[in-house]
Amino acid sequence: MTTTLTRLRVPGAFLLGAVLLLGVAPLALSDFRLSLFAKYLCYAIVAVGVSLAWGRGGLMVLGQGVFFGLGGYAMAMHLKLTDAAATGEKLPDFMQLYGTSDALPWWWEPFANPFFALAMTVLLPMVVAGVLGFFIFRRRVKGAYFAILSQALAAALSIWLIGQQATTGGTNGLTDIQGFFGYSLDDPVNQRMVYFIIAAVLLLLMALARQLFVSRYGELLVAVRDSEERVRFLGYDPANVKLVAYVVAAGMAGLAGALFVPAVGIISPALIGIVPSIGFVIGAAVGGRASLVGAVLGAIAVAWAQSTLSDAFPAAWTYLQGLLFVLAVGFLPGGLASLWFVLRRRRTRPTPVIRTEEPVAVTVGETA
Amino acid sequence: MSGEVLKGEGLTVRDLRVTFDGFTAVDGVDLDIRPGDLRFLIGPNGAGKTTLVDAVTGLVKATGSVRFGGDELLGKPVHRIARLGIGRTFQTATVFEELTVLQNLDIAAGAGRGPLTMLRRRTGVPESVTKALETTGLTELRDRPAGVLAHGQKQWLEIGMLLVQDVQLLLLDEPVAGMSHEEREATGELLQRVSAERTVVVIEHDMDFMRSFARSVSVLHAGKVLSEGTVAEVQADAKVQEVYLGRVSEPEPAAVPVAEEA
Repeated sequence: MTTTLTRLRVPGAFLLGAVLLLGVAPLALSDFRLSLFAKYLCYAIVAVGVSLAWGRGGLMVLGQGVFFGLGGYAMAMHLKLTDAAATGEKLPDFMQLYGTSDALPWWWEPFANPFFALAMTVLLPMVVAGVLGFFIFRRRVKGAYFAILSQALAAALSIWLIGQQATTGGTNGLTDIQGFFGYSLDDPVNQRMVYFIIAAVLLLLMALARQLFVSRYGELLVAVRDSEERVRFLGYDPANVKLVAYVVAAGMAGLAGALFVPAVGIISPALIGIVPSIGFVIGAAVGGRASLVGAVLGAIAVAWAQSTLSDAFPAAWTYLQGLLFVLAVGFLPGGLASLWFVLRRRRTRPTPVIRTEEPVAVTVGETA
Repeated sequence: MSGEVLKGEGLTVRDLRVTFDGFTAVDGVDLDIRPGDLRFLIGPNGAGKTTLVDAVTGLVKATGSVRFGGDELLGKPVHRIARLGIGRTFQTATVFEELTVLQNLDIAAGAGRGPLTMLRRRTGVPESVTKALETTGLTELRDRPAGVLAHGQKQWLEIGMLLVQDVQLLLLDEPVAGMSHEEREATGELLQRVSAERTVVVIEHDMDFMRSFARSVSVLHAGKVLSEGTVAEVQADAKVQEVYLGRVSEPEPAAVPVAEEA
């Protein structure tokens, strides 16, 4: 009886999530609220990857804005080109304003092809993460250094984009996107369609991440997080294990960025720089980065709080956001999800397992 | 000697040197460890025992030569040396605390797994894991997180991980430190069983434990091999008595598990 229940727990929770996202939310929310919710779900997609890379892999990915941005810009470039083509123009509107040339930059041209652009929204972030990760993990850059490096990359990309106004739209970014593969985004019906796509992608990626979590790879990833040296002595190269998580998380962030563009109608450097990159992990940290559901719910909750509170108290929000991050990382590393597990364990197992020894700090090698 | 090298189980160390910022921790060590040996490395703190093991397993840079089954180990990265069939433990047991005993062993068994196997969930228990659970007596505890195990059980789990890793050479750094008398006995018997099919090298401070279970002993002092032979031969060696046993007023130094060389 209990085994059947445990076996049905995960598919049951998944089904419940699907009903809430695809059934209840579209019925209960107004068009305006639903499009806001679609934006939160994009952040939740990023959080799925954060949960894998940071929660399970211990990689403090503080630069997911880079991958979110690459995916977002790849999508927005395609949509800007189709918008321009629909009105008979050769160049997107901002290039006519700021551009110095009549010709489309060569690296824009392939994005006119929808299949190329769609593939790039995921592949470009994954390839960039693959190359970066290859060098970062092989050089054994980790911990705070990895986090700082990630932040620097996010800053670098947004600064570069700002400097290239003629070809990237600069500070403004790529704005005023009208159509989505032939459908007008002004039409609420199409906005709902975009919402359904985003919700479906979120559910799919959660299923994918869940499979990774319970697979042998997932167990190995936790082992690498907790004791990288030990894993090396078992004959694995931890750099490769981390690389997989980093690349998958980057692909998810790229897809989230791509879906963000039709949902919100804009992608800009301000959405992918240092501050938003921290924002991408706060939800996961508060909700519980090692727990998939915790990270997703945390991301949605923090995004909702941001929209609500930053309207009411624009100055206070930044501080609150920083405070949340510090509190979650410093005092509740497992996030709110860990409280849930603690409560459940108390209920089911009244006698906690007694440690016979004080936990010893694991210091491997490094003989002085 | 060439015969045992071809079998790929013995360890041959020649003129091994490890230097940290001008301090020579290992100073020209030669060692021949035959297949199936149960060799104890003893010596005072700072003698270079752990550093020697670190050099063999690729953790610190060294000069000289370390050959194992026809392969030169020096210069190879840690995970490649591990894949050649050399495994080690550490003074503080390092198991994956959040994973269960079974998961710990399963990971140790899996360095050769392909990507498709890795992306699937573990369905059964590999045979080598079942065997290691029995050998180490951890079958009952297989679904416990390794973090809640007692100290001795963690050490056994580590040895079990080396068994499923199917290493030919086990390098154990003070495996009985902090164990009760019964646990020491059990560990010694476990090591004797293990060394029937594999080569075992043990760094140890506990003289009683060494006398009970060692097949051969090397005494290290100030980075050099001071003496080598059976337990009786080593104990009879005047040099050993002077620098190691004789330096302490009692003839048998107490079995204090001291963390050496920080």
